[in-house]
Amino acid sequence: MSPLVFFLLAIPMVLFSLGVVLARSPVRSALSLVVALFLLAAMFFQLDAHMIAALQVIVYAGAIMVLFLFVIMLLNLQQEPVEAARPAQRAIAVAFSVLFVLSVGLAALRGLPALPGPGVEGAVAGAFGSTEALAERLFTRHLFAFEVTSVLLLVAIVGAVVVARRLGK
Amino acid sequence: MTVPASWYLVLATLLFAIGGLGVLIRRNLIVMFMSIELMLNAVNLAFVALARQQHVMDGQVMVFFVMTVAAAEAAVGLAIILAVFRHRETVNADEVNLLRW
Repeated sequence: MSPLVFFLLAIPMVLFSLGVVLARSPVRSALSLVVALFLLAAMFFQLDAHMIAALQVIVYAGAIMVLFLFVIMLLNLQQEPVEAARPAQRAIAVAFSVLFVLSVGLAALRGLPALPGPGVEGAVAGAFGSTEALAERLFTRHLFAFEVTSVLLLVAIVGAVVVARRLGK
Repeated sequence: MTVPASWYLVLATLLFAIGGLGVLIRRNLIVMFMSIELMLNAVNLAFVALARQQHVMDGQVMVFFVMTVAAAEAAVGLAIILAVFRHRETVNADEVNLLRW
């Protein structure tokens, strides 16, 4: 990927992520998150993760965000009162975030070039990132985890229904 | 000129920090939850970028599992938020303090 495409995707992604955190109304947060997830899907596509990019759009931008918007509508929140200002907590949170970005970012910038491997731009084998390659790994080496996942989803469905059900009627 | 893998990791770090910031400074349970989704996606980006750099598919398989867990977590979490709202008429994390020391 050329740096131009990278920044075309990365800068809006960061801005919309900030929109999720800073927007007053939850609906605006949710819509910002949808845009950020779509941009992320485009970036996955650029990184030869075609199947993951498709899943990102279907599962995240589709299913999960619809769930969020449904819950926001169900709750029918009144215009949210301005959140109790806690300047100290806010300042500490911002300081820790900046510290985190600086430390991990610097570590990535300085440590990663030493990592062995063909690099992001090297040519890939023909099937890399395709559904076929993903499925081949998923159903051989990670088969057990895959089967456990189905149990997890079943438990989550039952749990969600039980928790969200109206009790006592 | 090409984009080195470390740039992707810096971007992922940035997204993760923004998500963490959202969890820390927002009091609305739903927005906090969306921030957690943002953090999960930041980690997914790091996984995909490193899978591309190392040319192994296992990173993408891991992203697949993260997405599954995120979907399960979203369903259960939103159900809990609904239940809390039904009992307390609020989604403000500061007012849900029954278990706070």
